[in-house]
Amino acid sequence: MKIAVLLTMVPDPVEELEIDPSGTALDTQWLRYVLSESDDHALEQALLLKERHGAQVTALALDYGDVDQTLFTALAKGADEAVKIAPAPEGSVTRHEAAAIFAAILRRRPADLVLTGVQAINDLDGHLAGLLAGLLDLPYVGVTRSVEPAPDGTVLVQKEYPGGVAAEISVPLPAVIGVISAPQPPRYVPVARIREVMRTRSIGTEALPAIGAQPVPAIRRLYKPTAAGGATMLAGTPEEVARELVAVLVDRGVLR
Amino acid sequence: MSAPSPEVWVYVEHLKGSVAPHTYELLGRGRELAQSLGGRLVAVLLGRQAADLARTLGAADLVRLVDHEQLEAFTPDGHARTMAALAEQHRPHLVLCGATSAGIDLASLLAALLQVPMVANVRAVGVEDGRILATSQLCGGKLLCDVEVPSGSVLAVLAGAYPAEAGMSTGEPPVETAAAPDLLARVRAQVVRLIEPAAGDVDITRVPVLVAVGRGIQRKENLPLAEELAALLGGAVCASRPVIDQGWLPLSRQVGKSGMTVKPRLYLALGISGAPEHLEGMRQSELIVAVNTDPAAPIFTVAHYGVVADIFEILPALVAQLAKAKRAA
Repeated sequence: MKIAVLLTMVPDPVEELEIDPSGTALDTQWLRYVLSESDDHALEQALLLKERHGAQVTALALDYGDVDQTLFTALAKGADEAVKIAPAPEGSVTRHEAAAIFAAILRRRPADLVLTGVQAINDLDGHLAGLLAGLLDLPYVGVTRSVEPAPDGTVLVQKEYPGGVAAEISVPLPAVIGVISAPQPPRYVPVARIREVMRTRSIGTEALPAIGAQPVPAIRRLYKPTAAGGATMLAGTPEEVARELVAVLVDRGVLR
Repeated sequence: MSAPSPEVWVYVEHLKGSVAPHTYELLGRGRELAQSLGGRLVAVLLGRQAADLARTLGAADLVRLVDHEQLEAFTPDGHARTMAALAEQHRPHLVLCGATSAGIDLASLLAALLQVPMVANVRAVGVEDGRILATSQLCGGKLLCDVEVPSGSVLAVLAGAYPAEAGMSTGEPPVETAAAPDLLARVRAQVVRLIEPAAGDVDITRVPVLVAVGRGIQRKENLPLAEELAALLGGAVCASRPVIDQGWLPLSRQVGKSGMTVKPRLYLALGISGAPEHLEGMRQSELIVAVNTDPAAPIFTVAHYGVVADIFEILPALVAQLAKAKRAA
């Protein structure tokens, strides 16, 4: 089975995020990008399928931020191939545009199974997996927590519904699956192993395809929310704060 | 192609014979939007033998129903493609669905099929001078983005963005049954079975006090600190998604969009930033206390009491104070 895993770099959520002077985009000058969390789970899901059932795993990513490090890490974890779509697109890329770019690449190099994270923290105009499935006219299921091949050539996925309920869904291949979590946490790979891979392996390149205009909303303003001010903030030493909290719990009848 | 009608659509999410509470939030807001746009509010109900559910959708001017065995349980393929077929026929002005585990699948696929704009994680939607404006929440609530969306767009609205009461009505709306599109015969993804949540050691939906841990707990070895606190409070430990994904606690302890919705008397959130999918599951708790190092963490927008601090400084002090208070009682 050929598996393509689509990896997206997103702003590091622990960093301070600054708006650029236009007021409609992030200031990218000092922005640090990290791999989107659910994409990391998609990669783990692909590697589990490879280990358990045999598969050829290709990691694909747009040329953004420190994407080389991410792609070498994918190789170090066990991906067979890593491919960068280059050069980097100008400016920020909307999800509709990213879906159109990945769709063009996947038409050139089709996969039996396309895995990607079902959401990213900077999703504005949609989620990549569903948009991509629509463009490629492939079966799609998202918010999945496991993917297993079935004897009839389909895959059985577990899709999460609310309230802890899940559905087991049979999906014929080729298909696009939006992963929320893998059956196990994404594996750790030592830095030494990544460095070794950087010396011995290389990243392939696919030319950035031309795409037409995509239907996206018009951004008027990007901004930081003002504090809602709803919470009563407690301050002081840990002991002072603890005393105040206990007093609140007693007052509210929670602590008896 | 006909000009867009002024219909505002709400996709009706339902599971096991019940409409999702979030749908009533959308109907309430959809009612106001339809009025501002001079149009009518249409609830789109897809399912099998789901006509009875229409009685709970009285806030809508019309329920458009498609009844088909392929629509019995939600699949993105079946539901999004049916919605697309209906939308191509009726040209709605706006489609609202939940930013839920079903809604985010539906919205993206539908937007791609119709080649229309979409807005994810919508926290507010309104009409200004006839234009539809939406506010999307990005980066776990650290940023907001105001966008203008053209007619025909699909919006995935966060749970809790609007009150549900306005969307609840006992009035029986007219029901228009639409023919199942031919494509349903070719729907590829098939639901094999529903998997109920495994019976956990603790039913967190029934526990009066929940000590919730997030990424800030850092390591599994730190969980006993939270368990000690929960024991003192007569409650249980639950968690946000990252902790569950690490395998540190079972799925039955997950609070949020895909996990459990809880309404305890006390929800003590430790090291939880408050991503929308977590807030969805706990915002109705009676008393919310949050401890987080980031003063801008969205959890403080729903908390009643907040502490900006390292949880490992507060936890021991709180355990000591609680033990002291219990001894004195």
